[in-house]
Amino acid sequence: MAETFKAETSTSMALAKAINESLRRALETDPKVLVMGEDVGKLGGVFRVTDGLQKDFGESRVIDTPLAESGIVGTAIGLALRGYRPVVEIQFDGFVFPAYDQIVTQLAKMHARSLGKVKMPVVVRIPYGGGIGAVEHHSESPESLFAHVAGLKVVSPSNASDAYWMMQQAIQSDDPVIFFEPKRRYWDKGEVNTEAIPGELHKAQVAREGTDLTLAAYGPMVKLCLEAANAAAEEGKSLEVLDLRSVSPLDFDSIQASVEKTRRLVVVHEAPVFFGSGAEIAARITERCFYHLEAPVLRVGGYHAPYPPARLEEEYLPGLDRVLDAVDRALAY
Amino acid sequence: MTVESTAARKPRRSAGTKSTAGKRTTARNAPGTDPELVQLLTPEGQRVKNAEYDKYVAGVTPEELRGLYRDMVLTRRFDAEATSLQRQGELGLWASLLGQEAAQIGSGRALRDDDYVFPTYREHGVAWCRGVDPTNLLGMFRGVNNGGWDPNGNNFHLYTIVIGSQTLHATGYAMGIAKDGADSAVIAYFGDGASSQGDVAESFTFSAVYNAPVVFFCQNNQWAISEPTERQTRVPLYQRAQGFGFPGVRVDGNDVLACLAVTRWALERARNGEGPTLVEAYTYRMGAHTTSDDPTKYRADEEREAWEAKDPILRLRRHLETSNHTDDGFFAELEDESEALGRRVREAVRAMPDPDHFAIFENVYADGHALVDEERAQFAAYQASFADEGGN
Repeated sequence: MAETFKAETSTSMALAKAINESLRRALETDPKVLVMGEDVGKLGGVFRVTDGLQKDFGESRVIDTPLAESGIVGTAIGLALRGYRPVVEIQFDGFVFPAYDQIVTQLAKMHARSLGKVKMPVVVRIPYGGGIGAVEHHSESPESLFAHVAGLKVVSPSNASDAYWMMQQAIQSDDPVIFFEPKRRYWDKGEVNTEAIPGELHKAQVAREGTDLTLAAYGPMVKLCLEAANAAAEEGKSLEVLDLRSVSPLDFDSIQASVEKTRRLVVVHEAPVFFGSGAEIAARITERCFYHLEAPVLRVGGYHAPYPPARLEEEYLPGLDRVLDAVDRALAY
Repeated sequence: MTVESTAARKPRRSAGTKSTAGKRTTARNAPGTDPELVQLLTPEGQRVKNAEYDKYVAGVTPEELRGLYRDMVLTRRFDAEATSLQRQGELGLWASLLGQEAAQIGSGRALRDDDYVFPTYREHGVAWCRGVDPTNLLGMFRGVNNGGWDPNGNNFHLYTIVIGSQTLHATGYAMGIAKDGADSAVIAYFGDGASSQGDVAESFTFSAVYNAPVVFFCQNNQWAISEPTERQTRVPLYQRAQGFGFPGVRVDGNDVLACLAVTRWALERARNGEGPTLVEAYTYRMGAHTTSDDPTKYRADEEREAWEAKDPILRLRRHLETSNHTDDGFFAELEDESEALGRRVREAVRAMPDPDHFAIFENVYADGHALVDEERAQFAAYQASFADEGGN
């Protein structure tokens, strides 16, 4: 996608920097936007995603919080009730659970239980996923746990341009958005055109066109799927790669359109396969495309086991061969 | 751990010698005997001097005292009507505030219009002070909505059922007030049970480090469903504040004047940029936890009887009468007004329609969601299929 925007106004930047620039723009344009979280101020976050923001916007808008995730989200709810638009950072995926209560019982339901009187424009940023050799609780993919909750929106960009624009759109949304950042892609560079008109936040995008099979993924797995499509092309197979971008809502129309063309679908995510987003996609696409499918929808993802120690994560995470194996099995029907 | 073995606790006065196996019969440090307790009116209705807090109620006129009395009486009448409506099957559940009228009216009447309230699900008296129509409180208990009022209409947030969650919302809201440079304040209500929740501790931490203008108003009504306060804490709750770096005070929660004074003091601190305050209103839940509860399983009648002698409404009535601030006409008119309120609430609840079926899909999202749209359409088609069969 990046090539599309290679205009005079586009800049090459890492995905983490794209989020940083997007937050900066939001802080500049809307005085109600706040950035808050553990170590987001002076340090600029453990991944430096908020680097320099406190220096430029002050401690009142870029807020180092006490080390208490429920407190971060709970106070963000209160700030939103007061008219602010907080963007909160949860330092790592595995640390979101103290805040899960506030997110599920309060943040997600506030608009509905107020009969629409109250809006909750809160973005919860969560660096997620594995592949960086981290210790326990630093490599998980809990997106399904949030997608299952009505009232939340769940998105995950795969590249720098989307990271920039999807963050803009998430902040502008009047609904709470859980923004999953693919931490192993933080340092991947891509072209970002800060003036291009973005697509809709919850629309999937075709990252590579193909005719024989659709690979559907989001966040960190899109790059892997593009690599798989390259490898398959060498064997004469034409794979379409669909970057879903949004897990809730899921863009079933785009998946359906692709599957009606390719007649085969493999869903790839790092999260465990069991009750993962792939299960929901498989069920709905089977229902929508029953007479188009030449093979059952297959899923590639993590196992039903705790995320393993770093020395085992390559075996646990979907890799090129696991994706291609699923492609072969789907094509064999 | 037994109650007797708990260290750093004052000896208790026994309310009775009759022992009922498995049930509490001990009246805890009774108001009037506890030097830590701020009290301006004794249970007998005697005004007692307090060097620190008298000034906060020095200007309270007899008319205002009658107003506080009226608020408490009408709140109790509304509460009793709601309990009856539950018994009649009109409400699915009711959480009675019986016994806590002084704590709620005293604190509620200390607030300014621009202050913001974060209630639990039992703050019917505070809602009354904020001007929320009592019938609006009943929607969620009847099961027609999950919150029937606009929080910003009266600066009274929706009832929060998850214990303690609202203390963080209150803190965040107060942080916003400080950012705005306003001099409004926030009051967060919670109970002795909630004091064990992590969210309450985190709200103390956040409000303290950001110096947020929030008053934490804990109604210690002695019981968290069946668990006594001893199961929640080893120190008096108001002392918790000290560890977080802000003041805490215990007030006689059955003394409306003392609750008014102490809350005014705490709000003044908030407005002056002095940060949070913890107020522990020491009171008693005279009824069940909710209409689904059976207190006879875990507490003895003697305890309730001891607290009935300290009834918040009775005590102000005694004070009004001995001070010659009222005449018989006042009480008679109030009784008529009470009955009229009861009738109005009863009729309003019975007339409350069930929501439209499609309300399930309303306001799930502010900006819409494709799946909700799809499921709404499926639901509509499903419902319409019955009409096609001529059933409707």
